[in-house]
Amino acid sequence: MPDDMLPDAVLPDAMLKVEGLTSHYGRIQALKGVDIEVAPGELVALVGGNGAGKTTLLRTLSGVQPASGGRVVFEGQDITQAKPHARVKRGIAQVPEGRQVWGPLSVEDNLRLGAVLRRDREIAQDLERVYAMFPILKERRRQAAGTLSGGQQQMLAMGRALLTKPRLLLLDEPSMGLAPILVEQILTSVADLKRQGVTIFLVEQNAFAALKIADRGYVLETGKVVLSDSGAALLANERVKEAYLGV
Amino acid sequence: METFLQFLFSGLTVGAVYAIVALGFTIIYNASDVINFAQGEFVMLGGMCTVFFSLWGLPLPVAAVAAVIVTSLIGVALNKLAIEPARGANVVTLIIITIGASIFLRGLAQVVFDKQFHRLPSFSGDAPIDVLGATLTPQSLWVMGGAAVIVVVLWYFFTRTTFGKSILATSHNRLAARLVGINVELVLLTSFALSAAIGALAGILVTPITLTSFDAGTMLALKGFAAAILGGMGNPLGAVVGGLLVGIAEAMGAGYLSSEYKDAVAFVIILGVLFVLPSGLFGRRGTERV
Repeated sequence: MPDDMLPDAVLPDAMLKVEGLTSHYGRIQALKGVDIEVAPGELVALVGGNGAGKTTLLRTLSGVQPASGGRVVFEGQDITQAKPHARVKRGIAQVPEGRQVWGPLSVEDNLRLGAVLRRDREIAQDLERVYAMFPILKERRRQAAGTLSGGQQQMLAMGRALLTKPRLLLLDEPSMGLAPILVEQILTSVADLKRQGVTIFLVEQNAFAALKIADRGYVLETGKVVLSDSGAALLANERVKEAYLGV
Repeated sequence: METFLQFLFSGLTVGAVYAIVALGFTIIYNASDVINFAQGEFVMLGGMCTVFFSLWGLPLPVAAVAAVIVTSLIGVALNKLAIEPARGANVVTLIIITIGASIFLRGLAQVVFDKQFHRLPSFSGDAPIDVLGATLTPQSLWVMGGAAVIVVVLWYFFTRTTFGKSILATSHNRLAARLVGINVELVLLTSFALSAAIGALAGILVTPITLTSFDAGTMLALKGFAAAILGGMGNPLGAVVGGLLVGIAEAMGAGYLSSEYKDAVAFVIILGVLFVLPSGLFGRRGTERV
């Protein structure tokens, strides 16, 4: 789709606005001008194949991968050059691909470090909320995080991100490498979070599962958004079906 | 028995210093994967700055505190000016940078201070204490006690405080640390400052016994490195145990064989560990499940 076909603002009150975002690894361009918007309270899915630039996009949004061009606007503020911790402070949290828990630290320490920037008095309360959401984590709170199973580590990574008290949660492939029953459980908790008012930007290779729970979706191919529509419409889209749903 | 005890005491005293140097290696290695061969210069700077600050008229305790602060600032500057600009460079490059920094600091000390040996007065006199027939100087107790306090404070810092844990978290997974908002630059800066501060403290405590001079750091760095390798690079408990073992081995070697071979002991240990037990006594055993 040529750029001039995209209206300037699809959502007048977008929480996150990404405009023409580019990013490079050395001389290789991984993002070639990405435009994405997420409104408050939405669950937006980004689907695409291996190497499409999904993880690069999320890392650029969190500031751990530099943007080489374009803008990232969060709640009206340009944060394109902001440091990662400044973005967390503003309310952007990410659950990274492959969980990335701190293996030798205890489950509870992993969670508490999610709140490292917070000074409010609700940390203990939020910790209990995460334990209520994932009771297995409470059971194993003194255990080293590295001894948890893959699914439990995914829960821990989500819990840790929730303890930053995010307004926008970026999820990178939460279902990767998990058994189908766990995929279901994880995606159910994602949908629960949305119901609790957290805005979610979900990146998935498992396009079917992601689009099923998403309000809207984008399709990323070789560093560019090639399609965007409601979740249901994308599920029915012939091109999406053929390329990503294996139908 | 008395001689054995005598050698043991002197081994534990130098071993305590090696343990602190090895801990300095460990802290920086864990936070940044850099093996900082300028670690010995921190020890030298602690001693030399205290000597000269007190020569310039400061009372000893004030001079000591000032020396720790100055050394920490030099540690921070080392990170900012030499390590950070080379971020992403490979391990050998970083090691060469730290060796360069160590030569630079030695030269700087030679110019700013002098080339003489210096000593500090013992903190609580020189009356020897008799223990089961062997003698122990009060300053030895200061060194061992000081090292013990440093170990306990570091242990508390890294396992009981959020900031300490966030340094550990950064060393285990830097990406995850940045994603929860841990300020990784601040973590690196703190690691260098902390490492320099404990090195300086060790230098101040041991100077009344061993004397100090601008090049006192070289051997200390190598022996602390031997201790860290023996204990398992990156493991704080290993650093302490390794330091004490290297110190004891050195004292026994000097006592029972010949003091000519004193310095060789540490190198024999390095070679032995690398041949037989490359990951050291407490080498990292992964608990990570993928």
